[in-house]
Amino acid sequence: MNIELILFGAFALLTLLSAGTVIFARSPINSAMALVSTFFFMAGIYVLLWAHTVAVMQVLVYAGAIMVLFLFVIMLLNLGESPTRGKPTVARVAGGAATVGLFAVLAIILLKLPAEPATLSTGAQASFGTIATMGQVIFTQWLFPFEAVSLLLLVAMVGAVVVAKSRI
Amino acid sequence: MVPITYYLLLAAALFCMGMFGVLVRRNALVVFMSVELMLNAANLTFVAFARMRGDDLGHVSAFFVIAVAAAEAAIGLAIVIAVFRSRGSILLEDLRTMKH
Repeated sequence: MNIELILFGAFALLTLLSAGTVIFARSPINSAMALVSTFFFMAGIYVLLWAHTVAVMQVLVYAGAIMVLFLFVIMLLNLGESPTRGKPTVARVAGGAATVGLFAVLAIILLKLPAEPATLSTGAQASFGTIATMGQVIFTQWLFPFEAVSLLLLVAMVGAVVVAKSRI
Repeated sequence: MVPITYYLLLAAALFCMGMFGVLVRRNALVVFMSVELMLNAANLTFVAFARMRGDDLGHVSAFFVIAVAAAEAAIGLAIVIAVFRSRGSILLEDLRTMKH
């Protein structure tokens, strides 16, 4: 058994455990902390996929910025624990059934995918996934979407201020 | 190396867990976190296919998804704050205005 498979198994297991904690935890703050650890373990999985830039962005943007925003809002609203728990209502059973059904369909489709093409050999593509190549691709082929995203972030910032302001 | 199918199955499992959270949880904040899980699952699929094909386009897509998720989180949390200020609750079953 090679080390890559062991690492993948550990990261995948921890990711799924943390994600389960996110959706089953009772208080939102526990969900948020579990979400932070989910993002960290997913960053490990991105490194295994040679996506180093995406892994760094995952930690910086998701685990850093977005989660700070979530924790800030949870602290601001000062919420208690959820009042009821564990009762299998119709909505919960239906949601669970839909989830299991979707996963079954996805798994069947994914297992029918053709075997992967020629695998990348180490060193053949040393620049794969580095920030230099990504920057080159973004600033040549994807310049307009990049600028559109910057505009989107500006609009989101202004909109968040306007929406959350008590009196405009 | 690990087969790409494993990564895709992990992404599918994460997406389904996020969908379960969106469907079942009553706290709007936890629903938002579940949406983030689903976006992450999509990112993992992009990156896995990028590794399989050996080009960087999947990474660029993941970059754009992360940027849009940041914008979505800012707007969504602002809406949660506004709703909490006017209704005093963010439990989704208390918010029935759009139902009628």
